[in-house]
Amino acid sequence: MTYALIPLLPFAAFLILGIFGHWIKDKAHLVAVPAVVVSWLLALMVFFDVAGGHQTSFPLYSWLTSGLLDIHIGFSIDRLTAVMLLLVTTVSSLVHIYTIGYMHRDPGYARFFSYIALFTFSMLMLVMADNLLQLFVFWEAVGLCSYLLIGHWYDRPAACSAAMKAFIVNRVGDFGFMLGLLLVWYSFGSLDYSEIFVRAHESAGEVINVLGPFGGTWDISLLTLICVLLFTGAVGKSAQVPLHVWLPDAMEGPTPISALIHAATMVTAGVFMVARLAPLYNLSPTAMTLVAITGGITMIVGASIALTQTDIKRVVAYSTISQLGYMVMACGLGAYAAGMYHLLTHGAFKALLFLGCGSVIIALHHEQDMRQMGGLKHKLPITYWTFVVGSLALAGFPLTSGFFSKDHLLVSAWSAGPLGQCLTLLGLVTALMTAFYSFRLVFVTFWGPSHVDPHHADHVHEPSNTMTLPLIVLAMLSILTGYLGIPEFLDPLFETGAAEATHEGGAAIGIMVAATCMGLLGIAGAYYVYVVNPALPDRLAGQWQSLYRASLHKWYVDEAYDRTIVRPTFVGATELWKRVDVNVIDGAVNGVARAIAWGGWLLRLTQSGQAQHYALGMALGAVVLLTMYLFL
Amino acid sequence: MSFVPETSARWIALAATLANLCVALPLWWLFDPQTSQMQFTEHVAWITAPPIYYSLGLDGISLPLVLMTVGIMPLCVLASWNAITTRVRGFMAMVLVMETAMVGVFAALDFVLFYVFWEAMLIPMYLLIGVWGGTNRLYAAIKFFLYTLAGSMLLLVAIFVLYYYGGHTFDILALSQGTYPAQLQMWLFLAFFAAFAVKVPMFPFHTWLPDAHVEAPTAGSVILASVLLKMGTYGFLRFSLPMLPDASRLFTPIMVVLSIIAIIYGAYMALAQVDLKKLIAYSSVSHMGFVTLGLFVLNQQGIEGAVLQMVNHGITTGGLFLCVGIIYERTHSRLIADNVGLAAPMPQYATLLVIFALSSLGLPGTNSFVGEFLVLVGTFSWSKIAAAVASLGIILAATYLLWMVQRVVFGVPSPHHLPNLRDLNQRELVTLVPLVLLIFWIGFYPNPLVSRMHQSVTNTLASMSREKVAPTAHPSAGGTAPLLVDSDEQLEIQGESR
Repeated sequence: MTYALIPLLPFAAFLILGIFGHWIKDKAHLVAVPAVVVSWLLALMVFFDVAGGHQTSFPLYSWLTSGLLDIHIGFSIDRLTAVMLLLVTTVSSLVHIYTIGYMHRDPGYARFFSYIALFTFSMLMLVMADNLLQLFVFWEAVGLCSYLLIGHWYDRPAACSAAMKAFIVNRVGDFGFMLGLLLVWYSFGSLDYSEIFVRAHESAGEVINVLGPFGGTWDISLLTLICVLLFTGAVGKSAQVPLHVWLPDAMEGPTPISALIHAATMVTAGVFMVARLAPLYNLSPTAMTLVAITGGITMIVGASIALTQTDIKRVVAYSTISQLGYMVMACGLGAYAAGMYHLLTHGAFKALLFLGCGSVIIALHHEQDMRQMGGLKHKLPITYWTFVVGSLALAGFPLTSGFFSKDHLLVSAWSAGPLGQCLTLLGLVTALMTAFYSFRLVFVTFWGPSHVDPHHADHVHEPSNTMTLPLIVLAMLSILTGYLGIPEFLDPLFETGAAEATHEGGAAIGIMVAATCMGLLGIAGAYYVYVVNPALPDRLAGQWQSLYRASLHKWYVDEAYDRTIVRPTFVGATELWKRVDVNVIDGAVNGVARAIAWGGWLLRLTQSGQAQHYALGMALGAVVLLTMYLFL
Repeated sequence: MSFVPETSARWIALAATLANLCVALPLWWLFDPQTSQMQFTEHVAWITAPPIYYSLGLDGISLPLVLMTVGIMPLCVLASWNAITTRVRGFMAMVLVMETAMVGVFAALDFVLFYVFWEAMLIPMYLLIGVWGGTNRLYAAIKFFLYTLAGSMLLLVAIFVLYYYGGHTFDILALSQGTYPAQLQMWLFLAFFAAFAVKVPMFPFHTWLPDAHVEAPTAGSVILASVLLKMGTYGFLRFSLPMLPDASRLFTPIMVVLSIIAIIYGAYMALAQVDLKKLIAYSSVSHMGFVTLGLFVLNQQGIEGAVLQMVNHGITTGGLFLCVGIIYERTHSRLIADNVGLAAPMPQYATLLVIFALSSLGLPGTNSFVGEFLVLVGTFSWSKIAAAVASLGIILAATYLLWMVQRVVFGVPSPHHLPNLRDLNQRELVTLVPLVLLIFWIGFYPNPLVSRMHQSVTNTLASMSREKVAPTAHPSAGGTAPLLVDSDEQLEIQGESR
């Protein structure tokens, strides 16, 4: 039961800060940091327990029963969970420490800590879940934390819009997740992972006619439908095309959040889900293909946009989208261990890059435009060197963690058949772009002449120790995570052929050499373009104007959504309200009322109060009655 | 009430509602969830010919609703503390009359008694809107009154018809065991529908709701949203389903379609609103769509979800209306455009408003998620497409509520209103915090509440699946095709249940 403390400690910190934050104020870190650090120690314990072959799952309490529905909250600890626990608590602890410096003197200091503690709790519950509903509940809860934290600076309209966009786009994905969940329960009668996997094997051949209610016939394998619906949720959460639009905007939030939520942990939940449900996905090749292709497209789209962005955080954000694409692609090709391996190394070096960005942003008084930077490497040496380590890892430079994981990922992908080989080539192209944009970032920000606002230029200095310490630790982790043997640790869990094929044959060496060359070429290219020949970027942009614009405007996806979905929805709502509710329904209601009033007014005419009218009426009546009596 | 001075009226009303709560609360623990029998019954002869009884009792369906009602009422009194300045005595008296009638409706086991309570609600509500309402209060009050009265007339007719066909009794439990000709069931269903669908309100009978809400004082809106709307769905569940099972099954597709239209249409209309109260009113239409949807998919999860959702909607929407009332007292405007950027000057208020909004959009961890999830589970086994379309409502809910939050909570307040924007006082905190606690309690641990419904819902479904055969007196009207049940068995079941 000590395992239960891992999520509960951050939750306790959240409750204390949520209720007493008003009084705790700038001492908030004294509550949150110890809680998360102890969680981290416990997660370390879990990791060694699991490495020693100890797996466990236990229910916490019965959440809801109704008819045959029986859902509990419970934990399941296996190798996959252990890796995620370690990642979440490590990055969370470091980000908590970094936040002490970054959010110093922010009026929402305590609130910020309470939210990241809540996030840590939710994320831990998510990865420890032993059933799909618990996964979904905390899946949405981390989304809520993301919403609250993106909108932390609520007096900035851009931050509020970004928060709302993140939540609603995720809801679109979760709509599919929810339907997948319902279909799982309907088909398998349970939402527990262990139960689902057993039942899924039994119903492998079942088909479902999705056009049945409309009289058509379109049989889809039940498992494919389930997997695709659940994957919709992952597309939203892990910012895959076409639901990737929320992640770059989410950079409006404070930078520690970008590192924790929008790089290392929450956005990887989609990858985690696919890996968690690997036994389900393995049964549906169609769904797997879709997952792989989605990942592949996202990988290259993200990288192509990152090439031209000028906001330092947005470059890293698009890079995250692209790297998530790699992981999703790997899962889709059955190389779950490789995907999870890259998830882990990416968590370390991407958190490092974001925290490095934060350090630069703070030093420059919240300047985020790369064009207003330059020449910072001597003023911010620790930030610079750690940033370089992170960028090397991202670019896949030999002997960094990113090198090992990306190489492992591409080799595994290559061995997964023709689709895998196509996607591997795409992955190599993306690797070239990755190396290029990550060193573009390094050179433009830290090298060359300074474009810093002269008002601030003299005061630029390294941030406090609480901020540089996490940078140094993460830089070390960005190297070390490559040597932990994570794929070997995870392989027993997934039992797929992809892993065995990994390190054999000339293809593996060929891909390793190719990937390394791509990385070096990208770095060299960035060096040539941004250091040797600084006039070149503008000339290139002029020559390839349409391509440059498309990349700069993120392939116009936001504009397309705005025109086709967002605006018509809002305009349509007002129109429909006026036409149907105000005119038709209320028109009818008021019409009935008016008709009754008018009828009453007509009848009232007969009540004239004059005796001769009544006499006339009586006489006429008598005549009518007499006629009827005589002739009918 | 009419003898007390105006100033003490508030305290007396508060004491009365709190006393009521204290009396009702132990029922939660005294209630035996293992039985579907009516509990805490009272049975006193009222009129001998025809036999009408003052007969009350609670089961797993009415218990949560009664508790919710008596829980909401002290909050309504507190919310009116400073908002109502004229004729306080009369106002408080009307609120207390409402409470009597509402609890009566949920607890009545005699159909005439039910009808008396049902109609008794109309007058105080009419006065609450018409006397203490906003500028256009008369139009709204009359619209509300006539809309609902037109429906109730047909309900009365249906009650009398049931009296004659059901063995000359007004006993609701006995009538629920009775069997009625299929054709008659159809007409009775339509008569019930007229009364209940207006109250819910179901699409397209919903247009009285936005007007009534906008004009009603805060307490009126809260009572209307939290309790009054549940009367309609309660009626469907208590009368239409067990008494008219064949007709209920027959009309299920129509009811489901109307419910789904309400879910989507109500949410979509909420998107267009610029008035906070109208926005919440349309969101009510959407949420009540989930309730009727759950009821008419006719299975355990659906109905339990529906009952839970009735309670949830009472808590959440009640909270939202209380929030609107609080801000109206400060800025004297319900327009979203006039109430922006409240997070900075009113942090506590903003936090609570966000929690209510998140609950309303069905965020997991809050009460509404549990209810909507159960309803969707129930719907899914009835029709996958219906569940899919209904789920679209949760995307729209996120959109209109977060957009509301973005405008009201975030941003920069107008300097014109800033001096008035003081944060919640203790009275206001006391009105809102209990609701927040309930939201999270039901969200994190719904089992105690849902398990109290199990037996009663099972019982309702059992009485529906018991094939009903027309009494011999009316052979021509009954005898529909699917009644292929062994008649001996039929008699046995009937004998058992009497």
